[in-house]
Amino acid sequence: MSDNLVLEAKSVSKFFGTITALQNVDLHLNKGEVLGVVGDNGAGKSTLMKVLSGLYKPSEGSLFFDKEKVTLNSPRDSQNLGLEMVYQDLALAGNLPIGDNIFLGREPTRKVGPFNFLDHKKRKQLTEEHLAKLKINVKSADQKVEELSGGQRQAVAIARATAFNAKIVLMDEPTAALAVKEVGKVLDLILNLKKLGVSVIVISHRMDDIFTVCDRVMALFQGTNFAESELKNTSRDEVIGWIMGKKD
Amino acid sequence: MDHGEKRLMDKNQESLFVRLIPFFERYGILLLILIMIAVLHLLQPDVFLSWRNVTNIFKQVSWQSMLALGVFMVIVTAGIDLSVGSIIMLSLMGLAIASKAGMPWYVVMLVAPAIGFLCGMFNGIGITLLRMPHPFIMTLGTLYIFRGIGNLISGGVPITGFAEQIRVIGNGKIKLDVIFGEGAREYIPTSLILMIVIFFIFWIFLNHTRIGKWIYAIGGNPGAARAAGINVDRILIIVYTLCGFLAGIGGLILAGRTNSAYPNAGLQSELDAIAAVIIGGASFFGGRGTVLGVFAGVMIMGILRNGLNLMNVSVFWQQVLIGSIIILAVYIDVLRRQLATRT
Repeated sequence: MSDNLVLEAKSVSKFFGTITALQNVDLHLNKGEVLGVVGDNGAGKSTLMKVLSGLYKPSEGSLFFDKEKVTLNSPRDSQNLGLEMVYQDLALAGNLPIGDNIFLGREPTRKVGPFNFLDHKKRKQLTEEHLAKLKINVKSADQKVEELSGGQRQAVAIARATAFNAKIVLMDEPTAALAVKEVGKVLDLILNLKKLGVSVIVISHRMDDIFTVCDRVMALFQGTNFAESELKNTSRDEVIGWIMGKKD
Repeated sequence: MDHGEKRLMDKNQESLFVRLIPFFERYGILLLILIMIAVLHLLQPDVFLSWRNVTNIFKQVSWQSMLALGVFMVIVTAGIDLSVGSIIMLSLMGLAIASKAGMPWYVVMLVAPAIGFLCGMFNGIGITLLRMPHPFIMTLGTLYIFRGIGNLISGGVPITGFAEQIRVIGNGKIKLDVIFGEGAREYIPTSLILMIVIFFIFWIFLNHTRIGKWIYAIGGNPGAARAAGINVDRILIIVYTLCGFLAGIGGLILAGRTNSAYPNAGLQSELDAIAAVIIGGASFFGGRGTVLGVFAGVMIMGILRNGLNLMNVSVFWQQVLIGSIIILAVYIDVLRRQLATRT
């Protein structure tokens, strides 16, 4: 395996009582690589993402960040290791402006005497720089998120995930809730992240997404590794077959 | 003028109107206050804007504004605090008992805010740690509990007569001899200064600190706040504690004003506080509203009551009017939002 390995899961299993959500699943991700994860509902995709982000503890198996074995106790731990998750429900506060959402919980502050006050100027500047870097177009960094379209919100959620130099970004169905004309912009954004050297894992049902942005695709079926391939060595029909549990 | 031209004109006028919306959104409520002042001045030219009447309004709203400010923060988190009227009564009773027990005045003065602080913390802990399904239920319970305790410790009878130092906060006067000459009757009430200082501090707190930002974030989407690593329960406990603390300060002001602690103190004032917050433009669903709006809401209630009293309008009509204004204020908000979100 290459020296660029940033994330690896080795024979991860996750049990919920008598239910087996994941069974001996392996996953690896290289620097600047976009990995597509496909599978039917209940195949274990979301569970695997939650294990990688530290929301769930694996029942068995181990995780390696930059080839070092780690134990994640909460999403905070994975964030500290440079992994960010973009949630399917976006986890944005609509009443707050874009910049506030991007920096929520990690606001830049300045000290005045013994007190820490929000540094509104710096937040605005950092927001504008970051949006420009990701080529995200919005009217103003002060626009409230509830005034944005679904695609713009998705972009803000991704901007939020990458604002602190994330090395790995996990995205759960990033285009599922979007209008057709907005899907392209979000996919461009993913390719942009790749150019910036960020590794991305994308869960998607949409073959168009997978075949536009991914370098490699892996399929889960009933909680196990089912198939995996470089994108150039497979086809849409084959991948759709994997989702339904068919392999030649 | 043909139809095309007319349509164009309509469009221009409309866009001017649309452009004015943000202006009204921000300053409309201050405009409303100015109109109220102008009308009342025309109706009562000798009395309404007299120094005595204006200071009277401020003295009246000063303790109510403390409740409104606390309830405002709670409402921003999409919560509610029904117990503030009972907290003000309990803290007033506690103060009175400490005073009767002969404690030094500076200790007595601390008793009211301290009791308010503890009551608020009790609410906050109940809502978060006991996992009450809604703050309405917890604070409805403590509405009865706190007033009940207040009556238990006082025996249900009024306690009157406090030391002058204790009354300074609610009844003190800053003489303006320097401006108006020796022996002038014009003065600024201490409670007005206190109100301005406290509103300013909480404006800073809500707009320029991280916790303030998180309070708004929780009101907007508690899930987003949690995902951002914010300890939502901790912030909620802080908010309810501060709300109780402010009600305790309200109790201290009221002690100075009335020189008495009485069983009906603050009765139903939680509803006045909620009304002021809603009139001031805060959203009942959380995440929206400003400290300036709360101040305006409190002033509108105060000016309205004062004006109607000056004109000898019966209390019953005042109730009808205030109720109507709440509904009207929220309806205007509904219309505004329809305009803002149209496509």
